[in-house]
Amino acid sequence: MNTQTQVVELGYGGNERLMLNMGPQHPSSHGVFRMILTLAGETVVAVDAVIGYLHRCHEKLGETLTYAQYPSIASKTDYVAAMTAELAYVSAVERVGKIEVPKRAQYLRVIAAELQRIASHCLWLGTWCLDMGGAIGGGSTVFLYCMREREMILDRFEELTGARLLYGFHQVGGTRYDVPAGWDTKVRATGDFMEKRIDEYEAMLEGNAFFLVRTQGVGVISRELAQEVGVVGPLIRGSGVNYDVRRAEPYSSYRDFDFRVPVETAGDCYARYRVRMVEFRESIRIIRQALDGLPDGPISSRPGVKSVGQVRVPKGEGYARVEGPRGEVGCYLVSDGGPKPYRLKWRGASFTNLAVLPHIIPGHKVADVVAIMGSVDPVFGEVDR
Amino acid sequence: MEVKPPVPQVPPPVWGDFRDLQEWEKYHQHRAVDDKTSNTLASIAEAIHHMPGGWIVTTSTEKIFNWARKSSIWPVTFGLACCAIEMMATFASRFDVERFGMVPWASPRHSDLMIVSGTVTIKMAPMLKRIYDQMPDPKWVVSMGSCANSGGPFRHGYHVVKGVDRVVPVDVYVPGCPPTPDSLMYGLLKLQEQVAEFQKTGARPASSGPK
Amino acid sequence: MTAADASTRIRERFGVEAVMADGVLSVVLPRERWQEFGRVAREELGCAYFNWLSAVDWKDQGLEVLCRVENLDARLVVMMRTRLVAGEARCPTLTHLWRGADWMERECYDMFGIVFEGHPDLRRILLSEGWEGHPLRKDYAVDTPFTPYR
Repeated sequence: MNTQTQVVELGYGGNERLMLNMGPQHPSSHGVFRMILTLAGETVVAVDAVIGYLHRCHEKLGETLTYAQYPSIASKTDYVAAMTAELAYVSAVERVGKIEVPKRAQYLRVIAAELQRIASHCLWLGTWCLDMGGAIGGGSTVFLYCMREREMILDRFEELTGARLLYGFHQVGGTRYDVPAGWDTKVRATGDFMEKRIDEYEAMLEGNAFFLVRTQGVGVISRELAQEVGVVGPLIRGSGVNYDVRRAEPYSSYRDFDFRVPVETAGDCYARYRVRMVEFRESIRIIRQALDGLPDGPISSRPGVKSVGQVRVPKGEGYARVEGPRGEVGCYLVSDGGPKPYRLKWRGASFTNLAVLPHIIPGHKVADVVAIMGSVDPVFGEVDR
Repeated sequence: MEVKPPVPQVPPPVWGDFRDLQEWEKYHQHRAVDDKTSNTLASIAEAIHHMPGGWIVTTSTEKIFNWARKSSIWPVTFGLACCAIEMMATFASRFDVERFGMVPWASPRHSDLMIVSGTVTIKMAPMLKRIYDQMPDPKWVVSMGSCANSGGPFRHGYHVVKGVDRVVPVDVYVPGCPPTPDSLMYGLLKLQEQVAEFQKTGARPASSGPK
Repeated sequence: MTAADASTRIRERFGVEAVMADGVLSVVLPRERWQEFGRVAREELGCAYFNWLSAVDWKDQGLEVLCRVENLDARLVVMMRTRLVAGEARCPTLTHLWRGADWMERECYDMFGIVFEGHPDLRRILLSEGWEGHPLRKDYAVDTPFTPYR
């Protein structure tokens, strides 16, 4: 009897491809995003990203709404960071219309933007770890912690503007609401509390071997690719390019504040994570400086009836950009002298951040796709507009 | 001299443009009337109900079944836009809905409720219908936020569906932009009241008014 | 590479005057020299960062395609513009120079109907494949009459 076992290789040939649809409804697609992955086994060979499931006609609506009506619609482009989205639009109008913004309004805008950055990064960290860990497998730990911290900041925003997520805080010429009594003490207390919590989360995540293995070396964006595609924010700073709009083209008194812009060279998910964790702390620093130096004065150069009335913008064009939590959010405005813009273009940070995915995902496993999507942190209001 | 009688002044209607209501009447989806879980069981229940004293059995079983249905409604995570962030906040630690038995579940084949949170676009509408069709009966839909209710701030856009009720039948409409987690939770509790009235044998009217 | 050096070089090569407004060096080019200028901007002016590409519909005066590229180290911003003749909607592509132009040109095609010659995969990106019309043109109404799904 032949006792030798024969090994028969049941190879599949190695060149069969499976098209897998990570459809618009998916727990980890961060919104309505469809990726058609071409797989060879478990490795992704090609990615076709389909966007447009949230195309809400922002640019066409911008041509039909006046300059006073549009800011609350503008906040719905980057809905996780509505403060910076509104700021991009009103900055563009102020640039084209040469409208002055009082110093107090500029400081208030900075405080709002930096608080928004902390809240947005909290949501990023929570949903990223939720995707990587699984809703039942432990990812919800970080998710619940981060949402709880985020609620504190949303409480501050609710005291300031009355809304939790989509504020109508900015208007052309300044801000709409002023700081209520006792608010700055509460914000300082929130900042101190957040700092301790961020230390805790860093220790928890960086002591976790699974987290490190899943994020280091995954989704590397090279320096040249990052610049060519036009990725912005923590993605480009994680790839070694020191580009932060707050330093490149300081707006709204960012020159007065002393803060560090974190830059990492590795270009992988871990580098982007490190950039955002440092940004947490730097935002708290900026808020403290802004609260210390908050000047008195009017909060808008167009107060009262003028704030809701017609804003007169002469013929011209301009592009204003702000540094949102996802990167450079910009608004290109062409005016023909009327009460509404002639052309409004949104440069969404997440649009170019997603455009880099077909270049970096091939070669990774399906599980890495989830980690990369989370580290890119897209918001589909910006992508599809 | 002729005294003319006073001409009765009819005040102009306060809400003069009925076009929106007519449009809603014309286009919104009606809930399917044949979404009984099983016609055989329904006919058996009818038979028992009409036997002398049988109504005790049917009413008690229905109460138990409806209590079970309303205490474990599993929503499918269908976050489209900004309202999805507030929906996530409702599922998170502060405004926990898991205490009501609502476990958000990614697969539509295992869920009872679809919370449409965000703007429905024309490109997304067929996908939404497909997810709705994949959910087993009985199923409910909560339209969260003004975009899902009627198109919201983007109503006058060429790519926006003017309300998710043009695509699927809706049970509860939660207004807001976005609705706070408190509002959404109130809407979900209202839905629980609706579920408690679900599928009663015999021609008994649903009880009206808040519980 | 300062803005002054850049504008000198542009004047020598292309014969057009680059206008410096608000920190942005704006260059109006004829359509035929679009790709050549892109190559000069990428290689000689060092503009490796592709910011965005879009278009404006000037009704009777045609469509205008704008492209903003930057040299992040030298803080140089160049805005390339070209005017397409009214009724015409073809423009050379920049995808071989900057890979970010890929999605931006697809969006321009989707919204304005501008066909980018040489683009590897020109199809609609935001609207569904079978959509008729190009929304951001001025002759496209913002809303359609009340019909189901619309």
